[in-house]
Amino acid sequence: MKKTLTLLFGGLFLALTLGAHAQDDALTVPSSIVAGSAFSVQSAGSGEGTLYIVGPDQVLKRTVQLGTPTYFTAGSVYNAGHYIVILAQASGTTTRTLDVTPVSAPSSLSFLAKPSRLPVGLHDGITGAVYVFDVYHNLIFAPASVSFELSTPSGAVQKQLAATRAGAAWTEMDSTSQQGNSKFVARDGDVSSTAVIRQVPGDPCDLKMSATPAGQLLDLHTDPVRDCSGNAVPDGTIVTFTENFPGGQSTVDVPLKRDIAEVKMPAHDGATISVASGVVLGNQIRWGK
Amino acid sequence: MLRYSALICASIILASGVVSAQSDVTVDTSQLKGPRPLEEETKAAAIRDYLESWQAMDEAFQRDQPGRLDEDFIGTAKEKLAEAVDEQTKAGIHTLYQDRAHHIQFLFYSPEGLSIELIDDADYDVQVFDHDKAISKVPVSARYIVVLTPAEVRWKVRVMQASSQ
Repeated sequence: MKKTLTLLFGGLFLALTLGAHAQDDALTVPSSIVAGSAFSVQSAGSGEGTLYIVGPDQVLKRTVQLGTPTYFTAGSVYNAGHYIVILAQASGTTTRTLDVTPVSAPSSLSFLAKPSRLPVGLHDGITGAVYVFDVYHNLIFAPASVSFELSTPSGAVQKQLAATRAGAAWTEMDSTSQQGNSKFVARDGDVSSTAVIRQVPGDPCDLKMSATPAGQLLDLHTDPVRDCSGNAVPDGTIVTFTENFPGGQSTVDVPLKRDIAEVKMPAHDGATISVASGVVLGNQIRWGK
Repeated sequence: MLRYSALICASIILASGVVSAQSDVTVDTSQLKGPRPLEEETKAAAIRDYLESWQAMDEAFQRDQPGRLDEDFIGTAKEKLAEAVDEQTKAGIHTLYQDRAHHIQFLFYSPEGLSIELIDDADYDVQVFDHDKAISKVPVSARYIVVLTPAEVRWKVRVMQASSQ
């Protein structure tokens, strides 16, 4: 009785094992390939079958000769992803999976840089985010080092390194003290992407005016208006002159022209004249007695 | 702690109007990196739009209509999916993608607000038909890396790529 049971279970185990092997051998597919690389699929048996490679990114269908390898040339499957491989034949279907991984070498960067225009000297004012893609536009998941470089027209360079995580890296940088167009470059190996950031002067700094009499009028003019980094504030920036005098007030808005704002206002005895641009206040002048 | 507490389950998302009513959804923001905070409204909109994109993908493959992808996909993701729909049409195949569960982890919200990256450990069934003959139905668990970008009124999928887990 014991021997009979041993033989029965032994036979059952053998049958299951052989069955499993037969199932395993029915279709042999590499578990993973690199996007665009050549590979082959081996089927067992004889006659014809149909092989399907199905994923949301690519779909292939081939008539195959069972028992012989089916070759897929380089470039046949190039979209990274998770694929189902199905062999359909008269006796039924066999299913496997195939993972297609991105090519490790970067080929292009998607670089998001903001803003395109900002004032000089702004802390963390410039941000950049980058996604790294291979030659087939697959996002490269493997960690890589990306450099971000911000260079001013004079050639000064700020550089930061960032490691990608799931294909993405980012940085924040200060805008420089020099106005003009700066190049903002993201680079991974030999691949780079460039954005141009226009840095404009900041608010006026140390706004100063003086007054000279011109008959019944006062000739009010500012010194050349600069930001706190010494960059000339653009022509057209509005400078406001305000005169308070006994019995009234007058205000004149004047655009900067060649770095200077200039206006003539009545010379009231006892007047107080102030100058401002935006939220920046300049000096005050008291005129007369 | 706040981020960990952001692990929310399907009922909350369903209450917020997500269409994919048949799939279980969990969301985790504890792995989120980047200087920009992800506001609740942004997060809810990104999840809603991403889950809708699965429905659009299923419809496109089921009906051989790549135009179904237009509302939910953009850029590389749209091009690749549309190409695959064309390939299956030429091969006389159509496929059904029935999502069962999504375990979503937010990874990155880019500082300028122009992209959100997330991981989705998705469970779904793929059913393949060859000229209306059912060939196979396969349950799949796959990890998708997804990049969303804002369009006029919604988040669109720009990258949707499965990786080996």
